[in-house]
Amino acid sequence: MSEMKARIEQTLTRAFAPRHLDVSDDSALHAGHAGNPDGAGETHFTVTIVADAFENLTRIQRHRAVNKALTEEIADGVHALAIKASAPDEPASP
Amino acid sequence: MTDQAVLDEIKDAVTKNDVVLFMKGTPTFPQCGFSSVTSRVLDHLGVNYVAVNVLEDQAVREGIKVFSDWPTIPQLYVKGEFVGGCDIIKEMFETGELRSYMADKGVLETGSAA
Repeated sequence: MSEMKARIEQTLTRAFAPRHLDVSDDSALHAGHAGNPDGAGETHFTVTIVADAFENLTRIQRHRAVNKALTEEIADGVHALAIKASAPDEPASP
Repeated sequence: MTDQAVLDEIKDAVTKNDVVLFMKGTPTFPQCGFSSVTSRVLDHLGVNYVAVNVLEDQAVREGIKVFSDWPTIPQLYVKGEFVGGCDIIKEMFETGELRSYMADKGVLETGSAA
């Protein structure tokens, strides 16, 4: 398992106590692309997260909350972060 | 450390233009998958927009992140309002919300509102 993936999982678990959390490392798909020129980086991630904390928040607020929680990870080289954030019992929940 | 002049320039751009997409590359030659998807959604809906290629201006590239308090690009503004990045635009498009939003804002080209 990639180190950054584990770190993202840990940070989000601590910040949101999510009901569902899936972090996938898409970096290999972006090898040669900006942010991961040699294909070895841990740079591109997709986060799917379901948490009570997102209830009554707008999409922008949810994304801001996730981005804020991951400020250090982003500063440490996460180049792209796709986010699917929902509250429990929403149709979009996985 | 962002120059106030850049923030003013961005403010000006999103005020003067109804729809502004800050992206990497151009709609014709996008330099990033997320930017590409977002511009294609706008094209599909028939939204007229101004695309700002942040790769051409490092100050804007960093400035827009501060301006919106949003760490990633692309970023979409409609009538001065920050709508979101690629994931949000995609989600709103899939649920049909984006079309109604654009229609409400009056930024859909005539004939494509139906």
